[in-house]
Amino acid sequence: MAMENLKYRFDGGKPISGETAIVGVLGSGNLEVLVEPARLDGACEIEVSTAARGFGTIWQAVMKDFFARHHAGDIRISVNDAGATPAIVSLRLDQAIETFKGNHK
Amino acid sequence: MTSSYYESTARARIAGLLDANSFHEWLPAAERVTSPHLATLEQPAAFDDGVVVGKGSIAGKKIFIAAQEGGFMGGAVGEVHGAKIVGMLERAVRDQPAAVLLLLETGGVRLQEANAGLIAVSEVMRAILSARAAGVPVIVAIGGQYGCFGGMGIAARCATAIIISEEGRLGLSGPEVIETARGVEEYDSRDRALVWRTVGGKHRYLLGECDTIVPDSMEAFRNAIIASIENGDDWSLQALEREQQLLGDRLQRFGDCRDSRDIWRKLGWPDPDAIAMMDNDEFVAAAQKRCAKQTIKAP
Amino acid sequence: MDWRKVATQLFPSVYDVKQEGDLLYGQGRCGKHTVAVIGTTNHAEVGAELALAMAAAVLEVTNKYPRRPILFLVDTSGQRLRHRDEMLGLNGYMAHLAKCVEMARRRGHTIISLVYEQALSGGFLANGMMADRCAALPEAEIRVMGLPAMARVTRISEERLAELSKTSPVFAPGANNYLQMGGLDELWEGDLSACLSKALEHADAIDHRRVRGLERGGRKLADVVVNRVLGSA
Repeated sequence: MAMENLKYRFDGGKPISGETAIVGVLGSGNLEVLVEPARLDGACEIEVSTAARGFGTIWQAVMKDFFARHHAGDIRISVNDAGATPAIVSLRLDQAIETFKGNHK
Repeated sequence: MTSSYYESTARARIAGLLDANSFHEWLPAAERVTSPHLATLEQPAAFDDGVVVGKGSIAGKKIFIAAQEGGFMGGAVGEVHGAKIVGMLERAVRDQPAAVLLLLETGGVRLQEANAGLIAVSEVMRAILSARAAGVPVIVAIGGQYGCFGGMGIAARCATAIIISEEGRLGLSGPEVIETARGVEEYDSRDRALVWRTVGGKHRYLLGECDTIVPDSMEAFRNAIIASIENGDDWSLQALEREQQLLGDRLQRFGDCRDSRDIWRKLGWPDPDAIAMMDNDEFVAAAQKRCAKQTIKAP
Repeated sequence: MDWRKVATQLFPSVYDVKQEGDLLYGQGRCGKHTVAVIGTTNHAEVGAELALAMAAAVLEVTNKYPRRPILFLVDTSGQRLRHRDEMLGLNGYMAHLAKCVEMARRRGHTIISLVYEQALSGGFLANGMMADRCAALPEAEIRVMGLPAMARVTRISEERLAELSKTSPVFAPGANNYLQMGGLDELWEGDLSACLSKALEHADAIDHRRVRGLERGGRKLADVVVNRVLGSA
């Protein structure tokens, strides 16, 4: 099993404030998502490390949707994936953003 | 959020057991202290290497805690994972919290880094005993999907006290390992009832291998932890001599039993099959009546 | 190597060690020290009875001979893989043995272990690995599991594991790998009695394994991670 690393950057997001958050577990068919604040001029950077190779275009689409939903900027998202479905990925990303915002009190 | 301990993640367990907002993590996910060995084997490596360590409070008492994440590689212990637990325990020797809590959910040594994992488990065992010798009680909770097996099953019994749920499982070699080595006639790992009555919480409690059995809820585990801290610790040669006697008696009385039900019968349960059906309170009351002074500690 | 041969080399002047089943128990004279000997032979499978018998021996030494050094002679094919031993709580018997060893250490007994034949996972954890100093003969076999079984469980091909084990001590069997990782303090060659004397002199009650692993380059992170936890806010 070889890992694949994918990187995405979406510019023009709205900076959101929050505190580092981690959701999910790196178990079979699941993933963990780490969200950290980062000064990126409103951009959202995403790095994915996945055990399932060859799904780059699907990841691209899922991440594009995610950015369209939240327009979240000035954050860095790191994903460790063990073969989660796109629906699970979207769910975890949403949970991660909510937790990130909720951690900021 | 679920109140089931069994269904919760390591982080949810910490949040559910400790006083609200009291937890502070050491080497959190953002520090990315991951396993280099998994990377070499091109296998996914979790940001926290499958264990969360830190400090917090429970009922106002300062405690240190480690929680293994069964969802990542079955909670298996690798170099980093083990060292995080050892660091927490050594810190307890230095800083003297009221107790150390170990929420164990693990199959034991992580085979991808087998030698490092085995040495790490050994270091955890020594560190648990160092904490106890330094006067810090070490309380173990077991109630997750993967149970507590392998070397960590030994480490668990090095602690001051073990709290288990009926769903919790504790042992050394898992059923699959024995079946693979000795055949299905020796131990059928797919016979769920057999596995349950061999390594499950109720049998462990009746045998005297666990101190407290609780229903599968965060609240029950929390209350049992608070009570265990109150009970303190007895790390002494006398306590080990008593244990020598108890373990010898166990072999004499039950050494020729073929099945846990034979043990339960000898303990005075005329209908051992009824045990599986009892709810926790009913089971504990009956066990106290029948087995106190035999195998389990008086309340 | 036969345990009697090992004992003769460790205690050239005199020893009195008896074998009962797979258990070894007795004492030997090494220089100015009388050393208690507790061990196993025949690649013993450590089950509940054997673990308890070893614990009884440790407690007896602790009670009768304060501060007498203890030498574990290790030859085990691992924990006993039986339904019956699991049903009786084998992990509890192993832990009891480990606790007795720790208690002996804290009451001033130096604990040395020597893997003279085999040491496999669970059978090794509760005695040999609890020592202040752990040594092995160079030809000793130390492992968690062999590469074929590991390949099955990890789904990494045996060829790939064999290739990786040439450069990494982290998972492949072998005394040398354990030496590099700090799990062993040293290999004993030549004059075993002199090796034992030296070990008795240098032993202390601190767990040095992670520091040795770092110094020898086989386990670079354990010590760093422990220190980071100790130093965290």
